Amino acid sequence: MTLTQHDISREIARQATAHAATGEAAHHPARGYAPYRSSRLRHPGQPLVTVQDPEGAELSGPAFGLTDVTELDADLTRQHTGEPLGERITVTGRVLDRGGRPVRGQLVEIWQANASGRYAHQRDRHRAPLDPHFTGVGRCLTDAQGQYAFTTVRPGAYPWRNHHNAWRPAHIHFSLFGTAFTQRLVTQMYFPGDPLFPYDPILQSVTDPAARARLVATYDHDLSVPEWSLGYRWDIVLDGPTATWTEEGR
Amino acid sequence: MHPTPSQTVGPFYGYALPFPGGGEIAPVGHPDAITVHGYVYDGAGAPIPDALLEFWQPGHARAGKPGSMRRDPVTGGFAGRDGVTFTGFGRVATAADGHWSIRTLPPAGVPYLSLCVFARGLLHHLYTRAYLDPAATDPLLAALAPGRRATLLAAQEDPRTHRFDIRLQGPEETVFLDFR
Ligand SMILES: [Fe+2]
Repeated sequence: MTLTQHDISREIARQATAHAATGEAAHHPARGYAPYRSSRLRHPGQPLVTVQDPEGAELSGPAFGLTDVTELDADLTRQHTGEPLGERITVTGRVLDRGGRPVRGQLVEIWQANASGRYAHQRDRHRAPLDPHFTGVGRCLTDAQGQYAFTTVRPGAYPWRNHHNAWRPAHIHFSLFGTAFTQRLVTQMYFPGDPLFPYDPILQSVTDPAARARLVATYDHDLSVPEWSLGYRWDIVLDGPTATWTEEGR
Repeated sequence: MHPTPSQTVGPFYGYALPFPGGGEIAPVGHPDAITVHGYVYDGAGAPIPDALLEFWQPGHARAGKPGSMRRDPVTGGFAGRDGVTFTGFGRVATAADGHWSIRTLPPAGVPYLSLCVFARGLLHHLYTRAYLDPAATDPLLAALAPGRRATLLAAQEDPRTHRFDIRLQGPEETVFLDFR
């Protein structure tokens, strides 16, 4: 029997109700979230084992620097001989720890589909055109204020095979490092007002509405560049044990 | 402040995250270099062909060094590591058969390599540790039942080769960690 959007939407609603009934905030998705079918065999059944180890290697982390990034890496529209098709955008924001302190000099990596919703990847079989002028990969280091910035094109929505007629809302994948390995984050940034939000089990896996809202960028007219690009702002807060952060001003 | 939620790495990170030499953490020709390798399996025991593993070992300096993914300013492509610096960071994607391998130096100061696992289908990454010394003891290992503890102990295949398999789910599921 075909698994329809209606079936998945019903499962999503059940999970949302179950979360609301807990009355508690949940900052991250549960790893086992049935509406996202690929999660079923890929999440642990045992609870995580808590480690409180001030000598743990994980309280330090990898470092990146000058040699790891060139300036052009942050402009995804200049990586080929021609301009990519699509709506040019700039995406910027700050990377902070849970104490609100900027995460400085750390690596931010992004990847995304092109304006038609197609990844430059052999295994993406979506019948939308590839763009010879767009690979969809960027990287930069955060500055002294924890700020990152990318120039790219707005990615298209794309179909996937979770269920019949499944579509992912437009998104940019982000990978972030903090000063500790425990602060590692891989996530996705979404665009405001996308009508696909309620249908997408990956976004909805974040069952807490306030947490889900933190995955959506804000259109910021002051960031738009005249005759050039539309601006979006998206701040990112890295999680991690209290050993890696302190409340601001403490 | 509340953290930004995690989302899955998905299937299409290939041009962005893996880099040439990502598993070559040991300086070129280092006489102490070891090989660590294994497979990643799902809850049905099937190999996972699109997992991404990150390795972190701080070394005696207890800090990372830049240079894991140096860029070539002429071509914009990867220049590779400089062959000398030990950055402590490695990153490899599993192959079609779920296999991965790295070459690194034995961990310094602690008896384990720290690992972070990402995969399509995994909504939030998982941390674990590969203990390379079969006789290693520490508070984490001591707190685990023997069957669970065994999932963190790499098997020594020869003096310089260690095997560490990762099972995301099931009876032999790897111990995954939450840092507080
Ligand atoms: Fe995607």
